[in-house]
Amino acid sequence: MTNWETIIGLEIHAQLLTESKMFCSCSTKFGAKPNTNICPVCTGQPGVLPVTNKKAIALAIKTAIILNCKIEKTSIFARKNYFYPDLPKDFQISQYELPLAVNGFIDIEVEGVKKRIGITRVHLEEDAGKLVHKGSARIMGAGESLVDYNRTGTPLMEIVTEPDIRSSLEAKVFMETLQHLLQFIGVCDAKMEEGSLRCDANISIRPEGANKFGTKTEVKNMNSFRAVAKALEAEEKRHKEVLQEGGKIIQETRFFDDIAETTIGMRSKESAHDYRYFPEPDLVPIEPEHAWIEEIKKTIVELPTKKAERFEKDFELSKADAEFLTSTPAIADFFENCAKHYSKPKIAANWIMGDLAAYLNANNLTIDKIDFSPLKLAEMLGLIDKGTISGKIAKIVLAEILKTGKNVQDIIKDLGLTQISDESEINNIIDEIINNNPKQVAEFKSGKDPVIMFLVGQVMKASKGRVKPDMAQELLRRALS
Amino acid sequence: MNSLTAHELHQLLLNKKVSSVEITEAVFKQIEKNEDKVKAYVSLTKEKALKNAEEADKRIRSGENIPPLCGIPIAIKDNMCTKGTRTTCSSKILNNYLPPYDATIVKKLDDLLAVPTGKTNLDEFAMGSSTENSGYFTTKNPWDLKTVPGGSSGGSAAATAADECILALGSDTGGSIRQPASFCGVVGLKPTYGLVSRYGLIAFASSLDQIGPITKDVTDAALLLNAIAGYDQKDSTSVNRPVPNYQNSLVNSADKLRIGLISDLMGKGIDEDVKKAIKTAARVFESMGAIVEEVSMPTFEYAVPTYYIIAPAEASSNLARFDGVKFGHRSKEAPDLINMYYNTRKEGFGSEVKRRIMIGTYVLSAGYYDAFYLKALKARTLIKQDFEKAFKRFDILISPTAPSVAFKIGEKANDPLSMYLSDIATIPVNLAGLPAISLPCGFSKGLPIGLQIIGDAFAEEKTLQAAFAYEQHTDWHKKRPKL
Ligand SMILES: [Zn+2]
Repeated sequence: MTNWETIIGLEIHAQLLTESKMFCSCSTKFGAKPNTNICPVCTGQPGVLPVTNKKAIALAIKTAIILNCKIEKTSIFARKNYFYPDLPKDFQISQYELPLAVNGFIDIEVEGVKKRIGITRVHLEEDAGKLVHKGSARIMGAGESLVDYNRTGTPLMEIVTEPDIRSSLEAKVFMETLQHLLQFIGVCDAKMEEGSLRCDANISIRPEGANKFGTKTEVKNMNSFRAVAKALEAEEKRHKEVLQEGGKIIQETRFFDDIAETTIGMRSKESAHDYRYFPEPDLVPIEPEHAWIEEIKKTIVELPTKKAERFEKDFELSKADAEFLTSTPAIADFFENCAKHYSKPKIAANWIMGDLAAYLNANNLTIDKIDFSPLKLAEMLGLIDKGTISGKIAKIVLAEILKTGKNVQDIIKDLGLTQISDESEINNIIDEIINNNPKQVAEFKSGKDPVIMFLVGQVMKASKGRVKPDMAQELLRRALS
Repeated sequence: MNSLTAHELHQLLLNKKVSSVEITEAVFKQIEKNEDKVKAYVSLTKEKALKNAEEADKRIRSGENIPPLCGIPIAIKDNMCTKGTRTTCSSKILNNYLPPYDATIVKKLDDLLAVPTGKTNLDEFAMGSSTENSGYFTTKNPWDLKTVPGGSSGGSAAATAADECILALGSDTGGSIRQPASFCGVVGLKPTYGLVSRYGLIAFASSLDQIGPITKDVTDAALLLNAIAGYDQKDSTSVNRPVPNYQNSLVNSADKLRIGLISDLMGKGIDEDVKKAIKTAARVFESMGAIVEEVSMPTFEYAVPTYYIIAPAEASSNLARFDGVKFGHRSKEAPDLINMYYNTRKEGFGSEVKRRIMIGTYVLSAGYYDAFYLKALKARTLIKQDFEKAFKRFDILISPTAPSVAFKIGEKANDPLSMYLSDIATIPVNLAGLPAISLPCGFSKGLPIGLQIIGDAFAEEKTLQAAFAYEQHTDWHKKRPKL
């Protein structure tokens, strides 16, 4: 039985987070009524000309920097020619020869092992529109097809990897790492399910030790990380089966069927498609000045891996905690700011990962979208330490802050949640508990010491948690002695 | 009145001797009288013209600063987008097309309250040298209605020569302003690539196209260039540099001007009468104190083949959008997408356009790209270098604009190669992106001959000055056809 080695290369498309489109000033806002974010330029009216969106170039350069790429002094746009109704000009402005950036890498970690994946190129292009077919899933056979040009011209960044990926799991981890990076530096919201991050894969297998690549197939329609893993697993299996039976792999494009978890070959002449690329004569070359690149560099935040390592070391956190706290720049900033004003970072981390994260999850919010500051959290934690409120009360306080956005002190005052530290006040409660629980009091007095905890619990309940448990116990024991 | 120039009419307007409405009406009267014979216009825009004329008269009465083209009737080639006004490129595929926007130059002229008379005929998508490729009809040369007016801006040149407008806009990809100007005995100026915005000019070959004036004399050409030149942020290839006042370059002096007479355009294939006229023009320059020497441009022999690779390549891509999906003609025979594409384009495009789309598609195809397209780009660089060398020695270069005077309608219609060669003197200039002007310099068999003056990049001032000085020493530009 042959041992096979799997070779995978990925081609990723990421929608850039710009306000306006790649070559016109139309809004890129998602979800508008069909054909409302359009203009003569992005609908390809005769006579229009494209003008490059500088912000899109900046975001692609930013990405190229964190992908350790070489940014080319001169790069040019090219026309990719093909007819399709979602492409108003019947050519896509893309980059072909001389892309924006080349020769980079990303380090990923798969099951504890670090691995470097090469990046062949990063380039800019424009997105196509959306077709809706009636009477058929595809344009052929449809009774009618409608086109929405709102998405047409949205800036896309294409990232192509070297064939360095060796398993479906590596591919999935690569995509997750890339998503995290793109989100972290704020160039793309990178949601595969929504199509703002898309991925096609080239996959082939060869006998282990061989140095020639096998025939590759291109896998499309992978709309989630899970789909990336499943599709490549299925395609890898198919290659093995075909080759082991003495068959041949045909170079073709295959679509992943998410439900059947198999890939389906398209009877298209995709590989024979001649796009007749040539330099876009309506645009001048991109020649980013050194100073501009340096300026862009300054806008890049500390990357997640580095930040996590620093959090682990500086705040004495576990690896898992550090990774959680660096999952987005907003969470990381929140934690760091809180830690500046509160001396026990581990406790702050627990609150963020616990109650706060639960609240955000339940309400489908992110930390930068709520009216809650790291300072408020630090203040609340300080009050716990001072004994003004108990940990339990703090949970109520936090929930109330998140609900109302009010100040910590105001909430404590309004809800009467301050801890009772006046002994006579506590003794009043204790007297009441002793009177109401003669059985348990008798048991305690007869030597069943653990029953004291029941009585403490009753005090806590009666005081709505506003008495410190150890103080309640001490005063109870004194009263019962 | 409609036979006057824009600068003459401007003076009359300022002195309140005449109103813009009167000029406009005179022009439309001339159109009514002669258009059946000349057929220069695809569409007339009389309503819009009169509206602007009235506005212009109001502005003139108010005595504000009056720009030279305010209230002056101007014809616009029908490949420039005019918002809400049919713009066809003389193609059936755009028969019903109403642009949702104005070309930058259209907007500029409208802001000056120039008076748009209508949209002039051209070879379909500006592909041709005679207007015989128009999807609608052939425009006639006002000097001899049996001959072509040249092309592709034949409608604009014929309208100007026939006094059916005061001046006009053309576009020039391989000679499409200069050659018809030459054939119709008027002045045609192709500016440096990047001087005039192309936004709204329906592209034929993006790296070669340039909009420019077609006028009755050099002064008008300078005035119209003033109105349309300048950086446009909507056109990334337009050059951001200060634009001089070209009127200042209208100085009657050619003293010590170093002139190169391009010997490669004075040999085989050029009519004897044309050569004679150019030699005479050279002597006129010498009489003004200019120094004329012959210069050889050895790469010119590659210019036509180079052009017929680059221009169709770009055109094949530029014209892809005419697919029946969004605007223009859509075939009724559209059982499915592919057949909608096939039939729409089969019915909508004429044979010359189809020929060039096929050539362009071929030269960009895998396996042919290097042999044709890349090689053509290299040849283009060599042609540019030839010019660079020449402009180290000379201030301007001169040559015939076309190898002959206007030819008979139908004479070359079935011989595309000979038709392509009629642009041999103009094409190198587009490939190098340089400015050049054609102006009348004589007659042969009763038809005008054009002198081409080529300048270095952005040397419109020098070019215009040479042309102006020549014009002051001759009176060819005063000759008008008798219709
Ligand atoms: Zn737009």
